[in-house]
Parts: sequence; structure tokens; C-alpha cells
Amino acid sequence: MDDQRELQPIVVCRDVHKWYGNFEALKGISMEVKLTEVVVIFGPSGSGKSTFIRTINRLEEHQQGDIIVDGIELGHDVRDIEKIRMETGMVFQQFNLFPHLSVMQNIILAPMRVRKWSKDKSEEIAMQLLERVGIPEQAYKYPAQLSGGQQQRVAMARALAMQPKVMLFDEPTSALDPEMIKEVLDVMVELAESGMTMLVVTHEMGFARGVADRMFFFDEGLIVESGTPKQIFNDPQEDRTKLFLSQILQH
Amino acid sequence: MSVSKITSRPPAPPGLRTWMRENLFNNWYNSLLTIISIIFIVILTGVVLRWIFVDADWRPVIQSPLLYLIGQYPRDMLWRIGLVLVLISFLIGVSWGVWGGLISSFAITMGTLMAVFALIPFQVAELTFSLRGVMLFNVVLIYLGFILGRKVSISGRNLAIAWFLASVIIIFVLLPGFAGSEIMPKVPSTLWGGLLVTLILAVGGILLSFPIGVALAFGRRSSLPVVKGFCIAFIESIRGVPLVTILFMFSLILQVFLPTGSRFDRLLRALVAVTIFSAAYTAENVRGGLAAVPPGQTEAGKAVGMSSLQINMFIVLPQALKAVIPAIVGQFISLFKDTTLVIILGINELLGMGRAIINSNAEFVQLQFEVYMFIALIFWIFSYAMSHTSRQLETALGVGER
Repeated sequence: MDDQRELQPIVVCRDVHKWYGNFEALKGISMEVKLTEVVVIFGPSGSGKSTFIRTINRLEEHQQGDIIVDGIELGHDVRDIEKIRMETGMVFQQFNLFPHLSVMQNIILAPMRVRKWSKDKSEEIAMQLLERVGIPEQAYKYPAQLSGGQQQRVAMARALAMQPKVMLFDEPTSALDPEMIKEVLDVMVELAESGMTMLVVTHEMGFARGVADRMFFFDEGLIVESGTPKQIFNDPQEDRTKLFLSQILQH
Repeated sequence: MSVSKITSRPPAPPGLRTWMRENLFNNWYNSLLTIISIIFIVILTGVVLRWIFVDADWRPVIQSPLLYLIGQYPRDMLWRIGLVLVLISFLIGVSWGVWGGLISSFAITMGTLMAVFALIPFQVAELTFSLRGVMLFNVVLIYLGFILGRKVSISGRNLAIAWFLASVIIIFVLLPGFAGSEIMPKVPSTLWGGLLVTLILAVGGILLSFPIGVALAFGRRSSLPVVKGFCIAFIESIRGVPLVTILFMFSLILQVFLPTGSRFDRLLRALVAVTIFSAAYTAENVRGGLAAVPPGQTEAGKAVGMSSLQINMFIVLPQALKAVIPAIVGQFISLFKDTTLVIILGINELLGMGRAIINSNAEFVQLQFEVYMFIALIFWIFSYAMSHTSRQLETALGVGER
């Protein structure tokens, strides 16, 4: 990838607002994410970080402000929304694998139906991805037969099979048993090192310190503070950031 | 399988004596219950067997079994029914081979019934030698189809298309024939009757009402107020009314609204009534299943760029249907039995045919119990095959269940 492309912003959010009834969940979020950048979003629960990441692929609708992904502005045009979703993979806290389909079928469903790739091509890609996430031998099992960590890795393979330009992670390790967190984070680290653009909502500060280019601290629907991991961990400017970091880093 | 490699076996099943002592005679009151039950069963079996083989007079059944099966369908056109049977036997055999377990109970039921008909060990007037031959041929055909379906790889889609084509040919060509045709003259549906009509109504009603019901279920969840309103109004008004009323409505009111002279075929009217009735219930069952699919499933589908249609078809509907198979099959069984109500439209389906036979002969009025028992047996066989298939379907789809 040449340098010029790397500087391109792939996700641009300007003054994004979101209300649930009278409750304002996002109070004007602005953020630019460039290709190959890894961005970690963290903050207390209810701070709007999950809501924000879900507005980027329109799982939540924003009511004010602009969101531009890969040059397409998110509006009400269904085709635009679907185009953006094709380019943004998402990994959920609860995995959301399709329980009635095998691992392989989970992965090839969208490539075949949305990208219209042949079954052979889709399966080949799926197999490569399963090898990449370390569970090729589980290809013909059903999600319920896998551990949480394995399920989340399948979910990552499923998202990657669409060959997206951006990956969104919504607390990918929060529903996992502690011993399974590492196997998921390992895959995410490898993905980040391979040059994938990632927006990650997580409390895994080790991961943030290791691979994040920038970090955003959310509280009460606003970006309180942002900066490189070094700045955030070593020299936080805001009291709320300091307090939150001290709370989650205590252990 | 190599049994010899097994080193440690599970404990051998207890012998009959042990089993009896543990399960039937483990204390004095269970022993008492067992003895009373055995006496009761023996007496009951004796009474039933004695009635079936000695007391009962099966003349109303034996004299004209074809009436129960096909009603007044012209006897010189029997070859058409035979051809229908041949088509169905062959396809059901192939389906058994291709789809396996699920179809097996139907194939076996059908084969057994026909074998029983073919091999009834006493003279039955209408059961001619050639008719028995055709029945036996069909049994063989089911088996040949099964072998074929096993050996040759036939895709499920092609098989479904074959079924569809066969149904069209049966319903629109073979059974009704053509007006003015020499070889296949028209047989008006007023002459169709018995099990033939029951099966047309039941199978037709099930196959037609299912997609309509699914569409209504989705319509009811639609965000478009007009679609949603229509679906709710339709479902609730049909569900709020007994089937008999709907049948009456179709037999009388439809005539009023349709332009004079356009006579809507009676059987078709009944089929439409049964279909919309069943569709409303299917819709409610499916809606329950749709509501049970977690929203995360839809989100996951959206996140990979699938359209709403794709999400519903490939993600939501399969999971919803799996959850409601028992309810839907239960409803289909009751639909099958409810087809008897089309009597009020003057259609002689199986039960109606039975009544007609009883009333046709003063002697038979005394023998109605035999007739009803025979009809009940036929209904039971089909209903049981359906519920058996449903249980198999649940097991087959249970793979990967959470």
C-alpha cells in the first residue's frame, strides 16, 4: 500500500448526535480514522461508545451530523447503507453467529449472497480465514459446539470474509471467560499488524497499549480526551480520564 | 463395525424377570395395578378383536371400497387415478431415497396401505385382479424410486420441481381431463370424492397456506402501516370465525358477489376457504417463531451487508420455522381433520362419502359404527404419519441446537 492511500481518511464523523427519545446518547462526536489506523474507544458503561460504533454501519441511526465511510455518506438510501456495510465488518460482544448454520456456512453466506462470489471461491476464502484465526478443524461444526473464544474467532472470520476495508469491534472480549480472552486478542493483534483499519470498543488496556494508534475516552456521549496510548496512559489531561483509568487499571 | 474391539461393555440389559420385578412388581400396590391392568388389557383386546372379526359386519366397507377412496369418479376412468398413483409412488420413492428419513414414514405408510389393499386375503367385488396388480406395482415402484434416489444424485431443487410439475399435471390434467376429449373426457369435480378429495384439500391447503401464512407473519411485523394493518385485520378476522362459517361464507356469499353465471368450482371454493383459514393460523404460529429469533441475528446479517429479504430468508425464517415446527404440524393435522367440514358445501370427502354410503342402503344404517370406525382408522393413519414425520424433522433440525 502506498503512503498516499494510507493517509486517506476512511471513516469521517462530524458532530454526530443521537437521541433515544429525550435521552441524548451522543452529543456531537467528531472523529477521523485513516486507513490502517487502529483506534481504541473506551469509557464507562453508558458513555455512548457502543452506540457510536454502531452508527458507523447504521445499526443505530444518527439524527444529526455526518458520517462518511469509504467516501459514501450515510443517509437514508438503503443501497448506500448496504454498500457501507459491505465495506465494514463488525464483531459483536455476543458473537451473533447463526446457530442453524455450520461454521463454514456462517462464513460463506454473505460472500455468496452479497458479493455474489462462487461457492468454491467463498469456501476457499473461508478456509484461509479459519486457518488465520486458528480453527480450520472446526469448519463443519455448529456454533453451539464451540467455545466462546472459538465462536468469537469464527465471528471475526465471518466479518473478514467480506474483505472489508474497516473492522468494527464492539466489546469483542466482554462476554468471554477470562482464559479465552487471549486467543481472541491474539487474532486482533495479528489483524492490526497486517494493516487492517480497526475501530475497537474495549476495556483491554493491554491491547490498546500494544497496537492502538490513537485512543478516545468517551463519557456521557462526548469525547472527553483523545491521544496516542502513550499520552493517555502516561499523561492524561482530564480528571475523568485519570479517574476511569485508575479504576480499570487497579487490578 | 467391529464389535470385537470393544473392551469394556456397558452392563448387560437386565433379563426379563429382573425387568418385570423392578418395573411391574416392585411393591404390593404396583403389583396389584399391574395385575388389574393386564386383566383389563386382555379383556379389552378380546372385545375389540371379537368385534372386528366376528361381530362387525364389514359389508358397507367391502362392498364398495372404491367409493371411500375416489367417490363417484367414473370407473372406466380408473386408469387415470392409477396413473396419479404411479406418479406419486415413484416421486415419493425417489424423495425417500434423496431426502431420507423425513419422507420415509410417508413412503412406508403409503406402501403398506397399498400392499394391504393389494393382498386382502378375501374376495372384494371392486378390488379386481388388475387393480390389485396396480397397487402391487406401486409398492414396487416406491422401492425402485428409493433405490434410484439413493444411487443417482438428484438435487433437492430438481426433485421439488418434479413434485411441482407432477402436482400441476395431476390437478389440472389427469384428474379433470378435457371437455370433448375422447381419451380423457372431462370428469367434473362434483364426481370426485372420498379420500381423494380429502387429500386434495389437505395437501393443497397445507402447501398453499404455508407460504401465505409466512407472508402474513412478516406482513404483521412490517413497518409499513398499510401492510401491517391489512395483515392484522386479515389474521384476526379469520381467526375470530369458525371454519364452518368461512365455508358457508364461501358457498353462499361468493355466489352473490361474483357475476351471475360464473360458477366457481365447488371444490376450489372449499380449497380457498380451507387455505385462508389455515394461513391465518400458520401466520400466528410463524409470528411466534419470528419473535423468538434474537435481534442480534438480524444485526449480524445487516453488518455483513445483507438485504432485509436475504436476512429474513436465510437467517430469521429458518430459525423461526425450526422453533415452531411442532405447532405448525399440529395445525396441519387439525387442518387435515377439519377438511371433513366441507360436507356442508355438499362435497363428499371421506367422511361425507361414509355418510352417503350409510344412507344409500337401509341395511347399512344399522352398520354405521363399522363405517365410522373404518374412516377413523384412515384418518388416524395419516395423522400419525404426519406427527411422526414432525418428530423426525425436529430431531433432524436439532443439530447445533443451543
